[in-house]
Amino acid sequence: MVMHAHAYPNIEIPTPSQIAAVALDNEPDENGEQSMILSMGPQHPSTHGVLRLAVELNGENVVQLAPDVGFLHTGIEKTIETKTYTKSIVLTDRMDYLAPMSNNMVYVAAIEKLMKQDVPERAQTLRVLLLEITRINSHLVWLGTHALDLAAMSVFFYAMREREYILDIFEMLTGARMMTSYFRVGGLAWDIPADFIPTVEDFLTHFLPKVDEYEDLLTNNLLWKQRTLGVGVVNAADAIALGLSGANLRASGVDWDLRKTMPYSGYETYQFDVPVGYNGDIYDRYRCRVQEMRESVKIARQAIERLKQMHGQPYITDNRKVAPPPKSEITYSMESLIHHFKLWTEGFRPPRGSAYMAIESPRGEIGCYVVSDGTPQPWRVHFRAPSFINLQALPHIAKGKLMADLVALIASIDPVLGEVDR
Amino acid sequence: MGLEEKAGDLGIVTTTLEGVVNWGRTKAMWPMLFGLACCAIEMMAGQASNYDMSRFGLELMRASPRQADLMIVAGRVSRKMAPVLRRLYDQMPEPKWVVAMGDCASCGGVYNNYAIVQGVDEIVPVDVYVAGCPPRPEALIDGILQLHEKIKRDKITDHADGKPVRIEQAERGALKPLG
Repeated sequence: MVMHAHAYPNIEIPTPSQIAAVALDNEPDENGEQSMILSMGPQHPSTHGVLRLAVELNGENVVQLAPDVGFLHTGIEKTIETKTYTKSIVLTDRMDYLAPMSNNMVYVAAIEKLMKQDVPERAQTLRVLLLEITRINSHLVWLGTHALDLAAMSVFFYAMREREYILDIFEMLTGARMMTSYFRVGGLAWDIPADFIPTVEDFLTHFLPKVDEYEDLLTNNLLWKQRTLGVGVVNAADAIALGLSGANLRASGVDWDLRKTMPYSGYETYQFDVPVGYNGDIYDRYRCRVQEMRESVKIARQAIERLKQMHGQPYITDNRKVAPPPKSEITYSMESLIHHFKLWTEGFRPPRGSAYMAIESPRGEIGCYVVSDGTPQPWRVHFRAPSFINLQALPHIAKGKLMADLVALIASIDPVLGEVDR
Repeated sequence: MGLEEKAGDLGIVTTTLEGVVNWGRTKAMWPMLFGLACCAIEMMAGQASNYDMSRFGLELMRASPRQADLMIVAGRVSRKMAPVLRRLYDQMPEPKWVVAMGDCASCGGVYNNYAIVQGVDEIVPVDVYVAGCPPRPEALIDGILQLHEKIKRDKITDHADGKPVRIEQAERGALKPLG
């Protein structure tokens, strides 16, 4: 599907101060009607974190709204400038805390692109496997909280039950449930444990029927359909103009998935479909994400089949200027000891220049722009956070909608405030 | 235990008022439904199927601070969030308790920078610190059980002059001022 570039359509995104100005000059009109200014958040159960929305209401209808972000600003990008490239991997985990592996991946992939560093095939396959499990993990939290916001509480408990299984896999692999920090420039941090592959296979077999269970609860549920069908429609042209990405874009009928259009880590060799919606409403976004979970299982299974053939292959590059030598080598090789010492005290030095890398995170296109000045610390790292850019569509989508639908809209956009504010 | 012996097997137990009040306070704490960052996801996991914090009486997460008596600060607190957090704390009725969940809330964690408050105890008094980045749900539950132990040692006379302990602490200068 070819879409032509639009000049900016009639999209207005007010700022919080503009909404505040309405409150100052809020006189009743000739019918005696007066708009009401509502501050929703930053402590609100349905804003998925510390998002504040300044909403101008006319009765139950949203006249206009402005997201007020920054309540979780963490200074991650600035902090990265003070650390070596490897040390900053732990900081990237904590941006989009529902999909830490995607953040790790985009950061190390950008550095690899900058350094023209190859990654062994087994590491690439493992990355694909982990990225897809992360996608399932993230979508489960989205599904649970989205349903919870629309008062379908059971789905939350169902989704979190399966999520624990994934967290157990991550814990087995890395020792941490959420903040895994498992990716390294040139490969992965360490090899997978022996029973990792059978555990993941068990999980996939266990998980696939559970997706049907979620769909049984929601897809044909009359209440769910009434709250989601035809609500919050974004057409394809607007979705592109607003910079939406991920399932938010695909639900509007735009077939754009970076795993297909700009493949990385060998995604072009996997057989899978990209679910695309039609109406661009909340229901289509829901259907797209649920279907994506099934496609992720499909990709993960293919990756597992490949990994079984790759037993014993390296999990990280043997370029000693980037990846540390194995501990056993240090005891007899002076050169290895020097490499180890240099890497841990100083870090590696990418060449001067910059690189942009984008991958398909569960939320959309997450990008990382790295600028190197040739020193062991990056000169600048910027993340193109999909949550931040998807969130800016909210004023456009919510305009004229009911206040009650606003809760559903926020959840359907699936923002993670850690990533919005960074 | 003289009374029970004399009363025989009548199902009467004697205890202190303090014991009953503190027991009541520990068995039905209402935490505030308030998540900040990554730790909030583990707090959600603690509420969900596998860990089920309601086993310890923490079933009802209240979205309104007016109805809550336990604030779990789950995540990093930015400079922009700090006044909001303090206001939420001030809106909670006495008696109230604070659990700093995770390294960021306890001491700033990995973020020693311009944006993050280096420990939420700079703005609110913390009863229990839970370590971890993020702490496992078990760790959070353990932290809350530690808080229960602490509450059981509370004296009613702490509140006897009608002045809540925290305000009294603030007047003594035990709490740092905001800003």
